Amino acid sequence: MSVAIEVQKLNKQFVLRHTRSLKEAIVWLVTGRKGDISKKFHALHDVDLEIQQGETVALLGLNGSGKSTLLKHISGVMLPDSGSVRTRGRVAGLIEVGAGFHHDLSGRENVYLNGAILGMTEAQIDEQFDSIVEFSEIGEFIDTEVRFYSSGMYLRLAFSVAVHTDPEVFLVDEILAVGDEPFQRKCLARIKELSAAGKTLVVVSHDLELVSRICDRGVVLKHGNVVFDGAIDDAVAQLRSQV
Amino acid sequence: MTTASDFSETAPLVRPGVGGGLADVFRQRFLLKLLVRKELQIRYKGSVLGLLWSYVKPGVQFLVFYIALGVFLGLEKSARNPDGLANYAVYLFSGIVLINFFTEALSNAARSIVGNGGLIKKIYLPRELFPVASVWVSAVHFIPQLIVLVVACLFAGWHPSLLQLVAAVAGFVIVAMLATGLGLLFGSANVYFRDSENIVDMLLMVATWTSPIMYSWTMVQSKLGASWYALYQVNPITIGVEAFHYAFWLPTTDETAPMPPNLLPLWIPVGIVVSLAVLVLGQWAFRRLEGRFAQEL
Repeated sequence: MSVAIEVQKLNKQFVLRHTRSLKEAIVWLVTGRKGDISKKFHALHDVDLEIQQGETVALLGLNGSGKSTLLKHISGVMLPDSGSVRTRGRVAGLIEVGAGFHHDLSGRENVYLNGAILGMTEAQIDEQFDSIVEFSEIGEFIDTEVRFYSSGMYLRLAFSVAVHTDPEVFLVDEILAVGDEPFQRKCLARIKELSAAGKTLVVVSHDLELVSRICDRGVVLKHGNVVFDGAIDDAVAQLRSQV
Repeated sequence: MTTASDFSETAPLVRPGVGGGLADVFRQRFLLKLLVRKELQIRYKGSVLGLLWSYVKPGVQFLVFYIALGVFLGLEKSARNPDGLANYAVYLFSGIVLINFFTEALSNAARSIVGNGGLIKKIYLPRELFPVASVWVSAVHFIPQLIVLVVACLFAGWHPSLLQLVAAVAGFVIVAMLATGLGLLFGSANVYFRDSENIVDMLLMVATWTSPIMYSWTMVQSKLGASWYALYQVNPITIGVEAFHYAFWLPTTDETAPMPPNLLPLWIPVGIVVSLAVLVLGQWAFRRLEGRFAQEL
């Protein structure tokens, strides 16, 4: 087993800036920096985490505990203030599926665009295209503009692209509430398949029942600190005792 | 053990989110192509005239300038006005197509990061893609205008030399690099201060008049004197526009009109160097600022 994700002494502070205008910033500077133009907020504090290849890990915590921020550091969307994050192999996020979708393009064009955004090559998308469409159950609507899709169709297609990207590490953020029940079951089955194939999974969800079915290990965050790291059932119990 | 995990065991641990800048854009050509195609597809979505707007807008702009400046202000050479510019219409249009390209490229590139904020906040990808795609889209829109220009030139008896055509390419490259560099700079600054967009709008208004698009460079030289004129001439847009005049307008005249001295041996290389420096500066600033895009957007 080798390390897939290594997080060391990760610190992240957010600046809650109240202004976005140059004028106000200059006024603040020339008036002797009176008052607070910005407030700082510690989103992650000295977080250490090591995830082995093939592990299925749930990041748990109440709202604002820093789990999504941690996920964004692993995906590279955010960079740490101090400490380090390192990953092995390709990392792809099912973070808010459909972020790269465009309403004015057809389903087919969106599959290509979103696939490329998630790091697939043209040949890979060509090869997976039929499988993506089949999984999404979009069928004949694939050449219709996405703006005419129902929200369920939209999410199904987006999810389908994401699970076909075949990365080594999968980041999943609150997207399991996709589509109707049969489709949800299908997604879940697909995620379990991925984990059985030795993919590393990091899941953020408030659905504790669901994560305990997918994940073996749970990491509980509270105000940006890791307060528990262990078996998923203990982690869920720990989180429930917080409220 | 699957081959995929075999591969990843040999793959090194890397820091996510640290890219190679513009070099990554080159590596992601397929994604760049798709982004450009998307922009081109949705640009005129829902408009009746569609792509025709790419001809109508510069056409009207040209007509207004031609009548106001060429006829009313007397820049056009005619029997009553022998000091004017011969073939002023071609002179004007060859400058307008280039400045239009620059205006569209820079103003879209400067807005591209904030405009694609939804994506940048959620998925890591080389963010330079967005300004570069904006410039690329503008280059595609530049093509129909260029065709109109070439047709107009042919009617006016255009017979360019190879050197003149090379100068046109050089002029375009100079302006494209400048637009990309400034686009990276203002696009990343725009994330922090939305004033950046307004600065760009103002800059573009100034840029239209600080290059010899509507008037002749000799007017500037006679008013400014040699040293200030040299400063005027360092502007890469000025050099690009003059290269276009040299390539498209000059061969339609009797070639007696004076061109800026040392355009080919001195100023075009200067333009390339200045634009390249702006591009490097833009990339540097972009990389300094991009680390916090996700949280600032």
